[in-house]
Amino acid sequence: MRRNVLPGLRLSLGVTLLYAGLIVVLPLAALVFKAASLGPEDYWRIVSSTRALASYRVTVLCALGATIFNLFFGLALAWVLTRYRFPGWRIVDAMVDLPFALPTAVAGISLTALFTTNGWFGSILADLGIKVAYTPLGIMIAMCFTSLPFIVRTVQPVLEDLDPALEEAAQSLGGSDWTIFRKVILPLLTPALLAGVSLSFARSLGEFGAIIFIAGNQPMSTEITALLVFIRLEEYDYQAAAAVASVLLVTAFVMLALTNWMQSRALRYTVRN
Amino acid sequence: MKIRLENVVKTFETFRAVRDVSLEIESGELVALLGPSGSGKTTILRMVAGLEYADGGHIYFGDQDATDIPVRDRGVGFVFQHYALFPHMTVAENIAFGMKVSRVKREKAAIEVRVTDLLRLVRLEGLGDRFPAQISGGQRQRVALARALSVDPKVLLLDEPFGALDANVRHDLRRWLREIHRELGITTIFVTHDQEEALDLADRVVILKDGHIIQQGTAEDVCRNPQSAFVMKFLGDANVLAAEVRDGRAYASGAAIDVFGMADGKAELYARPADLDWSAQGPGIPASITRVLDRPDGRRVLATAETGEQLEFDVEPERGLKAGDGGFVTLRRAKVFAL
Repeated sequence: MRRNVLPGLRLSLGVTLLYAGLIVVLPLAALVFKAASLGPEDYWRIVSSTRALASYRVTVLCALGATIFNLFFGLALAWVLTRYRFPGWRIVDAMVDLPFALPTAVAGISLTALFTTNGWFGSILADLGIKVAYTPLGIMIAMCFTSLPFIVRTVQPVLEDLDPALEEAAQSLGGSDWTIFRKVILPLLTPALLAGVSLSFARSLGEFGAIIFIAGNQPMSTEITALLVFIRLEEYDYQAAAAVASVLLVTAFVMLALTNWMQSRALRYTVRN
Repeated sequence: MKIRLENVVKTFETFRAVRDVSLEIESGELVALLGPSGSGKTTILRMVAGLEYADGGHIYFGDQDATDIPVRDRGVGFVFQHYALFPHMTVAENIAFGMKVSRVKREKAAIEVRVTDLLRLVRLEGLGDRFPAQISGGQRQRVALARALSVDPKVLLLDEPFGALDANVRHDLRRWLREIHRELGITTIFVTHDQEEALDLADRVVILKDGHIIQQGTAEDVCRNPQSAFVMKFLGDANVLAAEVRDGRAYASGAAIDVFGMADGKAELYARPADLDWSAQGPGIPASITRVLDRPDGRRVLATAETGEQLEFDVEPERGLKAGDGGFVTLRRAKVFAL
């Protein structure tokens, strides 16, 4: 190892690696081990059962929908919070973190109360023929709620550091506001947006507490994968639970790897030669 | 394009950045706005560009009142102090940006040809594919200039164009900017706090202080005939001596100089280091040498006058002076300003 002027490398590296090993790697390894103890045929039968497949579909589609919604809404919120100062700015800024601070079960119960057919929102929507609680739409709303801060908080600092002279330069060259946003600002925000998207999507895939109250949890239609894992655990079928969970794990990994790759592509311009 | 500023005023919150500035810039002229920080020079430049709106007064481009025309329609090329190149675009894409977003549609091939021409003009052939992070500061500066020129601006505006570069690069770029200006003949205004840069480069130097124009003229005008103590001090090193004017002559601790048409009374005498000399005998200002600084082109002598005033002057490299020597500081020429 090269000599390093900064002190404390051995100790800090040792402690953090040990910690990461115990808290992150060991449980994941146990999960993989448990799932692997099934044997390929049983494993495949469990993870490709119609009920499991239905749960993947509803989970992934709702997570995608929630992430896309948050991509736009989160960007808009970050934009408003960095660009403008208005009365109550501080409160709105603090509220963004609320989904992090609030126990997800509390969020789930409140959302359910609001969106059931006799709740404040639900009754109005029901008149319009839209049913939210106990449908995939409800799942999506719960996911939106819990994963909103990721995109706002990853984009906000980048937007704040953006040199105003870049926009001024683009204006002096004749660019319209929309062109400047599309060709100058958005490309510079892309890496942060991707980071926010990957975190938001991963969080939505694994969200449990906020969703189970509003989802209705009907197998084949509104049962999310995390709940299916929970049900298998309740039945003491640890192997099946691990098998289904491993699918979630792989999906999250693939998603993170994909966005990392896209991020490094989007950041090519920062590489010096 | 001729530019005319008429009683222009700009206030930020409570700070009056520009107070009643009127200025005319001839077509094809290269003008420097020179002043210390806070003098309003950058604000004036940004108002000419349309990056700030004037609170009062008018700005004319030719005969057209441009005061309220937004920057994107004003037809100016602006070079920012820190270049403001788009970091995610290559050098060529940066230069092409203005042509691509313009309302005047251009053929793709025509844009490419123009980018190549501009790269040649700023001597960056072959660097079109690099990103701004991959080129040096001086190269970035030239890309910024090429980008500003790409939209055929009527006026070229540069904010501290060489401020962030080291001395050697700055020197080369200065000469090169002068050449480009001669080649293109475009009306150009640049802002600087560096006197040497302004004097070397500009046809006309406009000196600003506290949002006012203090003096303007060619480099020769402002150097030979500074009209205030501020201009004298701001343009370069100057010795200051308390003086008294009596009957058309200024007297300052043992030295005297003719001043015509000045009323009697207290005054200050300003002399450049090269305006003073040293001699072993009087008459002159009695002084003793405290230090001698050797420089490539001569010797700078620091001396203390008997009155306690500190003096600095330059002598030829051959003069064998040393700290502790006593003698007289003589006056070749000086400017006297009434207090």
